[in-house]
Amino acid sequence: MSQSETPLRTRWYTKLFGPGAASGRALVIFAPVAWLTVFFVVPLAVVFGISLAIKEFGRPPYSDLLTVGEGGTVQLTLHLSNYLRIITDPLYVTAYLSSIRIAAISTIVALLIGYPMAYFIARARDPWRNVLLMLVILPFWTSFLLRVYALSGFMRGNGVINGLLGIFGIEPIQMMQTDFAVYVGIVYTYLPFMVLPLFTTLVKLDVSLLEASADLGAKPWQTFWSITLPLSLPGIAAGSMLVFIPAIGEFVIPSLLGGPSTLMIGRVLWDEFFSNTNWPRASAVAVAMLLIVVVPIMLMQRAQDAVVEGRTR
Amino acid sequence: MAKKPQIAAETRPWRDPDAQPFVRISGVTKKFGDIYAVDDVSLDIYKGELFCLLGGSGSGKSTLLRMLAGFEEPTVGSIAIDGQDMAGVPPYRRPVNMMFQSYALFPHMSVAQNVAYGLKRDGLDRTAITERVDELLSLVRLEGYGKRRPDQLSGGQRQRVALARSLARRPKLLLLDEPLGALDKKLREQTQFELVKIQETLGVTFIVVTHDQEEAMSLATRIGVMNEGRIAMIGEPQDIYEFPNSRFVAGFIGSVNLVEGVVTEDEDDHVRIRSAELGCDIYVSHGVDCAPEQILWWAIRPEKITLTREPPEGDANVTKGTVEDIAYLGDMSVYRVLLESGKRLTVTRPNLHRSDPDGITWDEQVYASWGGFSGSVLTS
Repeated sequence: MSQSETPLRTRWYTKLFGPGAASGRALVIFAPVAWLTVFFVVPLAVVFGISLAIKEFGRPPYSDLLTVGEGGTVQLTLHLSNYLRIITDPLYVTAYLSSIRIAAISTIVALLIGYPMAYFIARARDPWRNVLLMLVILPFWTSFLLRVYALSGFMRGNGVINGLLGIFGIEPIQMMQTDFAVYVGIVYTYLPFMVLPLFTTLVKLDVSLLEASADLGAKPWQTFWSITLPLSLPGIAAGSMLVFIPAIGEFVIPSLLGGPSTLMIGRVLWDEFFSNTNWPRASAVAVAMLLIVVVPIMLMQRAQDAVVEGRTR
Repeated sequence: MAKKPQIAAETRPWRDPDAQPFVRISGVTKKFGDIYAVDDVSLDIYKGELFCLLGGSGSGKSTLLRMLAGFEEPTVGSIAIDGQDMAGVPPYRRPVNMMFQSYALFPHMSVAQNVAYGLKRDGLDRTAITERVDELLSLVRLEGYGKRRPDQLSGGQRQRVALARSLARRPKLLLLDEPLGALDKKLREQTQFELVKIQETLGVTFIVVTHDQEEAMSLATRIGVMNEGRIAMIGEPQDIYEFPNSRFVAGFIGSVNLVEGVVTEDEDDHVRIRSAELGCDIYVSHGVDCAPEQILWWAIRPEKITLTREPPEGDANVTKGTVEDIAYLGDMSVYRVLLESGKRLTVTRPNLHRSDPDGITWDEQVYASWGGFSGSVLTS
């Protein structure tokens, strides 16, 4: 052994977590790494593997990737047909685009509703602030499914809203089984995820900056536009991500509230898996969705890091 | 800082009874719930002044400043700036700019953008803004720093950016909230003089809030001492120091020896006060508005007391004690003299020689004496 404690070969955890990762730190990091490996990396690899197979009748209902032929030759068969199908079949492309559209519109609506809420809560006086925050989080104490059913109770043909409209002699409006109902469902469900990160950035906003802006002649809306909004961008980004990402893959809300015309990738995936028992196709749809979601996030995070680094340097 | 005489004559409009005040605060009270933050304050400030509001924390000085800026509205009373009543006028419509205590620089903007912020609101065109920004940055000696972000600057540089930004719109009145509070001592002294210079060059009226009496003394044309929401005294720095009007003001500014006494002689040209604490009579060589047998207070600054080994002549204004402690501060030494009554006097003496082996030292019996005009008689 040399006197130097630094190993010549850089260990994997040093590469991953930087120098000094040895000893206690590695132990602490081991648990989440193991968790993520077992419950995220391995399943993902399995899904990716299945996506390269083709549907077969049998158990499991897909072709083997590795087959041992005569004379002990091992053959690896990778089918790209599922991915080709996803790209060429307008059903999938339309479903992806429609999912992104619905998720994007829901995110924008949630932002438009959530921002004033978060702003108001952040500016509320102390005992009230906690009460209001509690009210935002409160719906989580009820089952998600129950809340979605409750929404349908409001929007059905003979539901609460149409009942109220009827009092004023207004014809009932078709709300259920429309995209509108899906938007209402997504925005309602994910609103807390928008409000909470926005609240955290807005509550940290130094009031003297707003006063300085007013002092320099900015009218309230100018102050909002050039001080409050830019300084709350991290909250906007975090909140939008927290709404947009789960909304893209949302399955329950479009199934319960949407109609047959509401096409979302979550439902396509469900149909492939359970109705068509086409596991490889379903897996390919899932992998493609992952790419669609992950790539923009990574790009955005990189851009954000660059901004943060530029600011703190 | 002693003002140059010719400037002093022109910049003392408060001595002219016909002068129109630039800022008129009349009967202003501000209540937060049941608490009086500012309590019936009336104050006139004249054009070109550098007025200091001096007080401890919670004295109401910052609240008063915020009411001038328009961030708070007075509960009672009125504020007029340049003859215009400011009631209901929002901050962004006031001819006033403020330099914030924390500087409140916009963290997402560069130095130049920070300075240009107010100019953009005024609708200036791009070239005019660039010119003015350059002009201001050179005024505060920050040429070439325009592209930096506030967090890439030192405390002193940030302070100067904040100053440049607040001066950008050529305000008639600049409010400064603890402008030097965040700087270290050396930088503070240096910046102090720069601030005065900029104020004199631009002729802007400054109102400075500070808790630092030294800062107030060196900056101000006049000082308003605040205590518990009220103005305790308004006056030129010298008046505040040499002729305090109350025990609070005497004690708040500088160090002071304060003793209680009883009036024994009350004449037009002199007053005699017997003080058990001092163990002698105080002879005051001017008339005082008081009555015989009245209990009052007498305050004297440490540098106005003379220490001698031999008793000086006269039956008053001299007392005897023992040197209990000496603190050597370099330029001067602070002596603590224990009197027979148990009262301690603080006396400062300049160190005129590099070493004085025969100087007054620990445990020596000394006579402390003063002149008839040296102390202030205080009735409140």
